[in-house]
Parts: sequence; structure tokens; C-alpha cells
Amino acid sequence: MPELEDFRGQNPAWCPGCGNLQILRVFKLAMVDLGIEPHELTIVSGIGQSGKFPHYTRCNTFNGLHGRTLPVAQAIRLANHDLRVLAVAGDGDCYGEGGNHFLAAMRRNVNVKIFVHDNQVYGLTKGQASPTTAEGMVTGTQPFGVITEPMNPVALAVAMDCSLVARGYSGNQDELRELMKTVLEHKGFALLDIFQPCVIYNKINTFKWYKEHCYPVGPEHDPTDREAAFRLALQSGEHIPTGVIYRNSRPVFEELLPVTANREPLVRQPFSQEELAGELERFY
Amino acid sequence: MDYTIRIGGQAGQGLQTIGAVLAKLFARSGFHVFTHQDYMSRIRGGHNYYQVRFADRPVSSSRRMLDILVALDKTTVSEHRDELAPGGMVVYDSETIKQQYEGEAFLDVPSRKIAMDAAGNRLMENTVAVGAVLGMLGMELESLEALLTETFARKGREIVDQNIAAARAGAAFARENCGQCDFTVPSADAGSPKRMLLDGTNAVGLGALMSGCRFYSAYPMTPSTGVFNFMAAQSKKHSIVVEQAEDEIAAINMAIGASYAGVRSMTGTAGGGFALMVEGLSLAGMTETPVVIYIGQRPAPATGFPTRTEQGDLLFVLNAAHGEFPRVIMAPGSPEQAFYLTGKAFDLAEKYQIPAFVISDQYLADTEWTLDGLDPSGIPYQDYRLRAADLDKLDEYHRHAFTETGVSPLAEPGASRHLVVTDSDEHDEDGHIVEDAETRRRMVDKRMLRKLPLIREEISSPLLYGDPEPELVICGWGSNYGVMKEAVDTLADNRSVAMLHFSEIWPFPGTSKFDYLKVLGGAGKTVCVENNATAQFARLMRMETGFQFSDHVNKFDGRPFLLDELLEQVDSLGDK
Repeated sequence: MPELEDFRGQNPAWCPGCGNLQILRVFKLAMVDLGIEPHELTIVSGIGQSGKFPHYTRCNTFNGLHGRTLPVAQAIRLANHDLRVLAVAGDGDCYGEGGNHFLAAMRRNVNVKIFVHDNQVYGLTKGQASPTTAEGMVTGTQPFGVITEPMNPVALAVAMDCSLVARGYSGNQDELRELMKTVLEHKGFALLDIFQPCVIYNKINTFKWYKEHCYPVGPEHDPTDREAAFRLALQSGEHIPTGVIYRNSRPVFEELLPVTANREPLVRQPFSQEELAGELERFY
Repeated sequence: MDYTIRIGGQAGQGLQTIGAVLAKLFARSGFHVFTHQDYMSRIRGGHNYYQVRFADRPVSSSRRMLDILVALDKTTVSEHRDELAPGGMVVYDSETIKQQYEGEAFLDVPSRKIAMDAAGNRLMENTVAVGAVLGMLGMELESLEALLTETFARKGREIVDQNIAAARAGAAFARENCGQCDFTVPSADAGSPKRMLLDGTNAVGLGALMSGCRFYSAYPMTPSTGVFNFMAAQSKKHSIVVEQAEDEIAAINMAIGASYAGVRSMTGTAGGGFALMVEGLSLAGMTETPVVIYIGQRPAPATGFPTRTEQGDLLFVLNAAHGEFPRVIMAPGSPEQAFYLTGKAFDLAEKYQIPAFVISDQYLADTEWTLDGLDPSGIPYQDYRLRAADLDKLDEYHRHAFTETGVSPLAEPGASRHLVVTDSDEHDEDGHIVEDAETRRRMVDKRMLRKLPLIREEISSPLLYGDPEPELVICGWGSNYGVMKEAVDTLADNRSVAMLHFSEIWPFPGTSKFDYLKVLGGAGKTVCVENNATAQFARLMRMETGFQFSDHVNKFDGRPFLLDELLEQVDSLGDK
């Protein structure tokens, strides 16, 4: 069985006090809890502070381009549906640059998961507004304050019938640990939006702010009730619910596609030129 | 014997079916066939044509003059009647197109009426037209009947019988009523070899299939969509995941993801879609992930002429993407070359862990040629990746290990305990982010400088066809191969002439295996023929070798070179 030490990667280059450090720590605990070995997981990350995540643990890693985690992650899974595939992105990465891929991934429902490190600001490029930045926040490139309405990724995901929609907060580590396990074990495309403070650039959404605004959904919430989930997802002001907001049991893409359903993964399919020679016949 | 038939009409009238049946029939009858298509960006209406040339010797281009014009509408007559060769005939149905034409050159075949009378089915009018063409040519119907039986077997005996009856009636009508028809088609030689009839699109698809392509992701864009369709049709039978991506950015990132996971992958698009893929191309370069990219060129900028042809993206494909990394560019000149060079692109992509391009254009994509056959074993296949059995033997594994050749071991992730780590950031041998100068210098040396000379060695020399010491060299690349070759055949009767054709363009071929610069340098006149306005290949030649062509022939109206037209252009250079 894996131990925490098996997941020791490079020393993080994140700022002291960064919410990413909490997410990383909880992730390793969740991996040990689930008994997943490093080589059994492939992480696809993007660009932003979150993109460095896989380097700070141990796993198969494809650290690709800004916004493009999901196309890569889905294709890895389609090429080898025996692999566990996790995408790790930031709010700018997944909801901004990669918005179209996010929509398509929810529709396809390939069995990959995404953790979105949602600090509601651009950390790597030094503090510009992200798609989830609060209205009014003044930044170097939004000198009059953000006047664009923030995106609500959780409500969007419920609207898209995303197979599993969850939200966590890096400061509530016990809850986050369970959410990560639920998401990693879910069959279907799963979004885990993780609120995390950016201690340098986000002076609004601080540890204190999240502590005051986030509350765990109680056992009375039935995540399979889509209307209830949507009502919950729309709460984005004073009280923001965390936990599993919505889940369904849509069939996954790779089990619907005849090329992968009930077959060996592509990566292990035999190949023979001789067997294909017959394909030339219809051109005579 | 060398006849050209053009079938013209509106989109949706069935002119493609008529053209395709005739082309296949001529190929099966032992003739050499060359077809090309000219169509508008619309699904119904407009004016399109399908041109079929067949001869008793190899042909590889289209002619301007028409021997038979099958007019499915009035526009076809008005647009093309001036292109009739001496003795040429227009065949049409006055009832359908609501117009009667006078003169020796017109044969009014009441196809719709014949279809009703002979087959009891008005939908058979196009089969009547095919029969009429064969009747005009004085050809036997056996091959056609066999082809119709084969084509319509799945629709049932009744439909087959109706088609055969319609074809016979059409042929009989033409024989009786076309006294002025003076075509001589030798009867099929029973001993003639069975020939394939293949277009560039299917040739690329077959090449990918025979190369072990397992993953094809794309976004539809003419003229590349044909390969997408081909792969989709093969997907279930041969276990190929074919996915329509949400955009071209996703398409190339998916192809890269699948390749990282351990399967051969490909994407395809036209210039506009490739513009979106450029960021992903650079990602393939940095992560050393093999990927094959098929580019069907069409006239641009922007949306340009969606359904027409141009060779305008050569330097774009060559120079696209930020940063420096090796790539391979194949530019096949015929369906046969498209098959083998697609195979070579897959092999080099994986052997050197680089992106490899197959660039074609609408002309080559839609052009059918007859060929003697294709040999799947002519496509090299070797799995260069480390799989479970190889990996279990290793004590350690470094995805981007420094090696003598610059080629690092490419492992399948998840197949062993060894982790496969790669990064779009500059990285160390393990694939992890670094920022130090020395690792950067060594990685660039590994990725680029060590591999490049090895890849260059793999590139074949350009093809010299004709006089080995020519006074006139007609040079070009990609899809102009066929028309240039026939131009040389024609000119060779009274001139010292040769074609120099480049089908493997990047890395630019060196001169150690064949000193083509000596041939060019010894010629009095060197003409570079390209379907673009700015002579992109000629500029590349000058950049790489310093050689400058004496003359250029450029065509950029969205249409391919016709043989007669190229000959005139080359002749006119002589007058200068």
C-alpha cells in the first residue's frame, strides 16, 4: 500500500501560506486513503500556479498548455481506459482559456476528473481578474474594478448535467479529503471546484472570508435531486455551500463508444498490416 | 485514345455519382483514368463539375478540351460549350433542362422518359445518362452491369434490375441517335492488370490505417474532412477512436494526449483550422510527443475559397509555432505518394518523437488516379515505445534522458512503476520544471540540434524525371506532380526537359545522395510551378540552397493547372 512518503515530489515554489499547499497535502492523504500508487494515476495540468501541482507530488504527468488540460486528459483516458486520469487546473485555466473544453468535457462524460484550484484571481501573472473574481475588485488591468459578472462554475456544471459537481475549500481539510476521494472514485466526469485563498493578490477572498462564507451542505441535501442542486448552486453571495452539490449516473463515453466499450484499451490492441490489406480491395 | 468527359450540373443532381461510376468503369475496363472535381461551397444548387479523363496510356492531369459534356443543367452548356474538342459532343435531356439546342454537337437524350419507359423509375435518369455515354463511345455494357449489380446489391434485386435496364436503354438510344458520334474506344484487353482507382483523401486514410493510427481527432473543415470520414468509417472495425473535437485546439491537444498515453495519433484540418492548432504544435515539439498532422490546403486568407485549391500554406506550416523544434513535412504528389508518405510521416514522428505533416490540397484530395496497386509492407512499421515488458527490465526511467541521438526512451504511462513525466515548461531529464541555464542549453541541443541531422538523413531526394541533363527543368512540389510529369512527356518530343519534384520538403533535402543543384545549375531555364502567388517553394529553395529559379509559373485563382494551360505557360516563357 502506498504511504505519504511515496508522494513526495519537488519542493513547492508556491508562496508561504498559499491555499495550494493545503490542497497538495490533502491530495496526498486522499491518495493514501484510496490506496492508489503513484504510477496508477496520471495528472494533466495546465498553466498557472495550479499547473505546477503534479511536480510537487509523484504521478505520471502531462503538464501541458494553459486551458488545454481537458482535451489531453480525455484523450489519455480514451487511449487507455485502464488509467485513472485527473486534470488539475486553475480558475483562469479551466473557466477562462479552456471554457469551451470544459463545456465539451461535461457533455462527453469521459471518466476523468478535474480539480479546479479556484483562488478567484490570476496568481502566476500577478493579480489580474479571473472569470471568478468578485465584481468591484481593483487590479492592475482592471483599474476601475471588475465590472464583468463572475462566473458560477458550480451552477454551470449542474446546468450542463455534469456527472458529479462538488465544491470544497482548502481551509476545510477534513471535508476536502472526503470530497477528493468521492470525486476520484466517481464514475464519470467530475468537477471539484476548490476555493483557496491567494495570500498575495486576492485581498477580498481571504481565509477569514472563506471561513465566514462557506458552509458544508448537510445530509438533508440529496445530490441526485437536480432542481435542489441547482438552487444550492445558485447560492454565491453570503452563504456558499461546499460538499457534493450534484451527481448523476450518466453512462460514460468510453462505455458508449463501440471502439472502447467492452474492449481492451486501445494501447493494447494488436496491430497487423497483413490483416488490413483487405481494405485496399474496395478501391479496385 | 485519350478522352475527357465532364459532367456538369447543380449540387445534389447526382453528377458525382455519374462521374464516379464512369471513372470506376473505365479503370475496370483496363484504361488509365484521371479525375478531378470542381465544386462550390454549397450542398444544393450552384454549378459543379466532375471531370473524367481516360486513355490507353498513363495519365496524371486534366485536359482543357472536352470530348463529351454531360449537361445536367443549362449553365453547364453555357459555361463549357466553348471547351468542346473537335468532334466533341454535348449530351443533355431537353425535357429536364427545359432547353433545346441545335447543331451536330448536341445529343438530346430524354433520360427521364427513358428511365420511366425502360425501368419504371424516374430516379434512374442518371443511369440512363451513364448508359448513353457508353453508347456514344461504342463501349460494351458488361462491365457497367457488373458494377451496377455490385453497387446496388444491398438495395435489392429490383433496384439492380432497374439500373441495368436504364443503362441498356440509354446506351441503345445513343447508338441509334448519335450517328455523328465518332469515338473509338478499344475493347478491354482481358490481360490488362486490375487497377486501383484512388483519390488523395482515401490514400492518406489508408496510409494512416496501415501505419497503426489508433486515434484521430479533428474538427470538420474542407478539404480535410474526407480523411476524418475515412477514419470514422474504419473506427469500429479496426479499433480507432475517432472524435470530433469542440475546436481545432482541442483536436490537436487530444491527438497529443492519446500519443502520450501510448497510441499513434493524428489530426487533420485546413489552413484556418491549423492556425488554431499552432499552440498545440509547439506543445508537441516541447514535450517530444509524436503526432501526425494532415493539412488539406485551400485558398486563403481567412475563409478564402472553401472548396477550391491552392498551395498557399507551405511556409506557414513550415514556420508555424513559437520556439525552435524539429518537424517533418511530406507533400505527396499523387495518391500513391500520399499512401506511402503518410506511412513515412507516422514512422518518423514516432522514431524521433516529433510532429510530422502530410500536406495536401483540395486538388489532390479529390483527384482520382488509376494505379497498379499499393503494398502495405511498403509502409515501415516499428513500435518505438517502451511497453510493460521493456519497462519492467529497467531500474530507472527518465522520459527526457540525454542521449547521443537526442532521442529519449518513450514509455507508456501506467504500464509499469516507472513514472512518465513531461512538461510544456522547460524540464529536466525526468520531465520536471527547471529554470537553470545549463539544463535549458542541453535540452535544446537534445531536442533540436542532435535530432535534426538524423532526421535530414531520412529525407528522400527530389525526383528527377526526364532528360538526366536537361536544358529545361520544370520544378515543383506536392500536387503539381502529375501535371508537370505529363508536361515533360509532351515537351520531351522536341526539347531536352525534365521535372524535378519535391515530395519530402522538410528537413529540406540535402544534395549528398543526389546533387539536384547540379542539374538545376546545368539547365538553361529553370521554372518553378506553384499554385500560389508568392512562389513559396522557390523562396524556400533560395533560403536553403541559394539557388534561384530563372522563371516562375504561379496560378492562384483557386483552380488546379490543366495540362494544356501549363504547356502554354511554359511555352510563353520561351518567347521572353
